Amino acid sequence: MSRIEKRLALLNGKKALVAFYTAGDPDLSASKDIFAVIEKNGADIIEIGVPFSDPLADGPTIQASSHRSLQKGTTLKKIIQLVTDIRKTSELPIILMTSFNPIFVYGQKEFVADAVKAGVDGVIIPDLPPEEAEEFLGIAEGLDMIFLLAPTSTPTRVQQIGKISKGFIYYISLTGTTGTKEALSAGLEKKVSEIKKSVSLPVLVGFGVSGPEQAKQAAQISDGVIIGSAIVKLIEAHSDPAERDRKLAEFLAGIKKAINP
Amino acid sequence: MNKHSLPDSKGHYGKFGGKYVIETLMPALQELQTLYEEVKEDPKFKEDLSYYLKHYVGRPTALYYAERLTKHLGGAKIYLKREDLTHTGAHKINNTIGSALLTQRMGKNRVIAETGAGQHGVATATAASLFGLECDVFMGEEDMKRQSLNVFKMRLLGANVIPVTSGTRTLKDATSEAIRNWITTVETTHYIIGSVVGPHPYPMIVRDFQKIIGEESTRQIMEMEGRLPDTCVACVGGGSNSMGLFYPFLENEEVKLVGVEAAGLGVDTDKHGASLTKGSPGVLHGMKSYLLHDDDGQVTEAHSISAGLDYPGVGCEHSYLRDSGRATYETITDAEALEGFKLLCSKEGIIPALESSHAIAHVAKLAPTMKKDEIILVCLSGRGDKDVNQIADRMGVSL
Repeated sequence: MSRIEKRLALLNGKKALVAFYTAGDPDLSASKDIFAVIEKNGADIIEIGVPFSDPLADGPTIQASSHRSLQKGTTLKKIIQLVTDIRKTSELPIILMTSFNPIFVYGQKEFVADAVKAGVDGVIIPDLPPEEAEEFLGIAEGLDMIFLLAPTSTPTRVQQIGKISKGFIYYISLTGTTGTKEALSAGLEKKVSEIKKSVSLPVLVGFGVSGPEQAKQAAQISDGVIIGSAIVKLIEAHSDPAERDRKLAEFLAGIKKAINP
Repeated sequence: MNKHSLPDSKGHYGKFGGKYVIETLMPALQELQTLYEEVKEDPKFKEDLSYYLKHYVGRPTALYYAERLTKHLGGAKIYLKREDLTHTGAHKINNTIGSALLTQRMGKNRVIAETGAGQHGVATATAASLFGLECDVFMGEEDMKRQSLNVFKMRLLGANVIPVTSGTRTLKDATSEAIRNWITTVETTHYIIGSVVGPHPYPMIVRDFQKIIGEESTRQIMEMEGRLPDTCVACVGGGSNSMGLFYPFLENEEVKLVGVEAAGLGVDTDKHGASLTKGSPGVLHGMKSYLLHDDDGQVTEAHSISAGLDYPGVGCEHSYLRDSGRATYETITDAEALEGFKLLCSKEGIIPALESSHAIAHVAKLAPTMKKDEIILVCLSGRGDKDVNQIADRMGVSL
């Protein structure tokens, strides 16, 4: 059982909280502190975003965050080093979320070897759908490759992706890019329940889940929520580290309470 | 089946191409592929397409023997495929008419497009107006400044031009923003990509709509010379006019195919757009292809005097042709392109687009090295009216 699977199994019916933030924004040493705050405040899994120059699936918040991080000289190599450092003191499951090109240029084999060694547990590569993932899946031993499903996914794709995804299914709650939205999209409940009928993995809901109320609704119909842009925004808004950490703790506590009342 | 019958069923051209997009778009790409396979054999669709290409676009375009240019250069005979004479003044319209007809077949009522030089934006806005479709065009803020005339034209044609302010504010970012918009609106919107780039089936569809350039050229050169050309030359940004010209010649291995990339300030500087010459394989905008990017896989900025060649990627089939050796790729600097521009103006009375001027500039180097009975066929992909303000600026002339 992978660290991700174990953690989700231990929840025993409680809803999972996955927190996303961009590595290197505002800088890599802050990224280590932010990880600790998120861990301490109840996240079950932490998703570390690898910045990319052209993040196609991201809305303005994460685009800007990626840009700031790249300006600071963040690279995939440095992020793997960050995970190595974090792993010395933490047992929390860690997922890297990245566009495919940084991995492709790093070398897929080398990436898997270095990431596993550092203590990365899983990867989410939004622009590597099953059709293109054969090579990576063949060598990704030791990493859970988490695939996405979307409101537009056909029943055939739901089944196919349900079979190859590891750890959990990342359900994209809306037809759109990442970012906070006013409300969850209509039809979410129906689609998630359809997916849950044909897939045995836990189904977690992300994209556009921004506050306690949405998290609560999303959690009621799924196995947990993934929160990204709201956290990134909060980090962006507070340049004072102590204030940032306090706000982040408050925010996460609110979400945690909302999804597991 | 011959070795150039690509892509394979997964949209791969050798190790290039593919569908590197988020799950949200995968069903739409599948749907597009299925629909396209169906309609491309449908007599009614073919009839409609050829009707509009003939009566609206003005095809076939002329193949013109550039006699004074030939004499001036003193080598191979030079023929110009006059895509500049199409309605809207560039080859881009061949694809947008076909794609607008596809949009109608899908029952979608809105199209989006990215544009660099503005030619594809104008061609999309034109097709949208012709077929009564809603149209949003994404354009980098930097390009909007360089190509203000085309921005105004698109607006006159009823399109919304949406400025893109992220990244380098050029074609790369306009493409990213168009894809993001498509992720959000895929259920009602068709994305008309302007070049042989993007996820499968786009590079194939755009190539198929553009291959009429090469098909007509073949027929015309046979009529005029009784034989095929020795060399075909075309500029390559994303690579749609070159792919359109090259494709029908792929099996005639004796015809050399030469693509001309933008060397900008020089391929040894960091200001160029020569992905095939100086890049390495990578994944951007839904496909695997040659790409300008750094050691960390971050896409780097391209540069060219011509907005249409100012793109860090290139069509995946060109990557395949490069590696297989079937086509070769050369580069022309900004300064050389300007000379090419002036040369065609002064010798033939034709004002070429800056993109096409790269092809002309290469021909100016190549023709004198060839025999007088050899033939070069060059694609004059667009007219230069859109560029005259920028060129006047560079020449220090105020209009």
